[in-house]
Amino acid sequence: MRAPQPVRRVLVAAAAGVACFASAAEDIDWGPYEVDGRRSGYTYAAAETRAIQDDDFENGGLLWVEKGAELWETAHGADGASCQGCHGDAAESMRGVGARYPVYAAEREKLINLEQRINQCRTERMGAEAWRWESEPLLAMTTYLRHQSRGMAVSPVIDGPAAPFFEQGKAFYTKRRGQLDLACIHCHEMNSGNMLRAQRLSQGMSNGFPTYRLKWQGVGSLHRRIRGCNEDVRAETYAPGSDEYVNVELYLAWRARGLPVETPAVRN
Amino acid sequence: MASTRRKRLLTTLRGHAGAVAALGILVLLTAGSGRVAAADYVVRDYAIPEPLTATPGDPQRGAAIVVDRARGNCLSCHAVPVDADFFGTTGPTLAAVGARLNAAQLRLRLVDPKVINPMTMMPAYFKTEGLYRVAPEYAGKPILSAQEIEDVVAFLLTLK
Ligand code: HEC
Ligand code: HEC
Repeated sequence: MRAPQPVRRVLVAAAAGVACFASAAEDIDWGPYEVDGRRSGYTYAAAETRAIQDDDFENGGLLWVEKGAELWETAHGADGASCQGCHGDAAESMRGVGARYPVYAAEREKLINLEQRINQCRTERMGAEAWRWESEPLLAMTTYLRHQSRGMAVSPVIDGPAAPFFEQGKAFYTKRRGQLDLACIHCHEMNSGNMLRAQRLSQGMSNGFPTYRLKWQGVGSLHRRIRGCNEDVRAETYAPGSDEYVNVELYLAWRARGLPVETPAVRN
Repeated sequence: MASTRRKRLLTTLRGHAGAVAALGILVLLTAGSGRVAAADYVVRDYAIPEPLTATPGDPQRGAAIVVDRARGNCLSCHAVPVDADFFGTTGPTLAAVGARLNAAQLRLRLVDPKVINPMTMMPAYFKTEGLYRVAPEYAGKPILSAQEIEDVVAFLLTLK
């Protein structure tokens, strides 16, 4: 999808008698990348970065999609089963899955995200070992699966049994932490559009993950990104796959509701 | 607020009594070496009138701290009239800040800006308490030392 160049018009607000910058407002039609003021990281990315995402031949993340497609068909584990053996054509059976995860899993009495569901299939149904977090096969399979929902609106379920976990994710998002004493809201709500030295702050949306980051020269998970944001404020991090990160993942999905799944998005 | 026991320890360390006013905020810092370094300051009228150290701040050292990503990293949020490629825009420009604010006011804005604006994004550069989940390598340490704060204040005062 093509989008025009941003034209910036910065609004200045005053808080507690001290001048500070509020989020930049822009007169641009971002098409599906903006829903009721909620904007994909795509709309904050540089034009060159957007162009790479728009072109499947340039977008390095598609390599992970291909690797995932191979793994989908390959038998793994003691039982000689493949994902395809149970689920058939991923384009059909997996369409929509990436748009609604993470979900409440009754058998675990907590949320489960896509990576964890993949490993649950491996350990409980295929006699295979769980893939390590951020390992190439887990990234490839996660990217492949979420890619099956590309273009679909992010639409998590946050009520019913998921509600308390959603609330925990929201609390995580608003809690100041680390030596710099900053919460996610300081960068991604109060300052989206503003610069953090050379980096333009986005609304911190999750709809493009796993994302191909030019800085990483590869695909990385959402939990890797969140851990990086924790490290940047000199906070003690949680392990990828921890309940804390899965809960905030649901809150992020709700923040991104209505935005299209972009996996694999391309970001700086 | 530090406990009375801590105050006594501090007083002993510094070798004189009565330095801490009743309304003052007392900070006890543990240096990385395991040595106890103590600094106390009094907040009055949204300012910290007394310098944190006996050695006057050095504006040149202050300028280096402001630019250094591992220390002040002020440019990540502020435009500052120094030679650099990128400046942040989440904070106001610091051009002419030395004409707007005096040393005492600048000191509090570095030490603990939340005293002035509890919602602020600006980190407290000289605070070790009331923080949540600080990474172990930084726990108990302020972002800048007392002398570094004085150096940065001296530099900011040159921005007129
Ligand atoms: C000190 C500033 C800062 C804080 C605090 C912060 N982030 Fe970020 N975050 C960034 C920067 C810079 C980027 C990269 C540019 C961008 O997309 O905003 C980023 C990117 C992201 C992205 C990727 C967005 C995309 O489109 O790819 C997500 C998701 C995210 N952050 C989530 C969080 C969460 C969750 C928290 C709190 C735990 C948090 N951030 C706290 C600075 C911050
Ligand atoms: C993470 C963002 C951030 C960083 C890093 C930061 N500041 Fe700030 N600073 C702000 C914001 C935002 C304000 C606006 C006041 C407020 O929010 O209360 C501010 C206000 C100030 C003010 C008051 C300006 C005025 O006109 O009233 C001074 C002085 C200041 N900062 C100096 C510094 C110095 C020096 C450093 C580095 C040692 C620094 N700041 C680092 C965000 C930051």
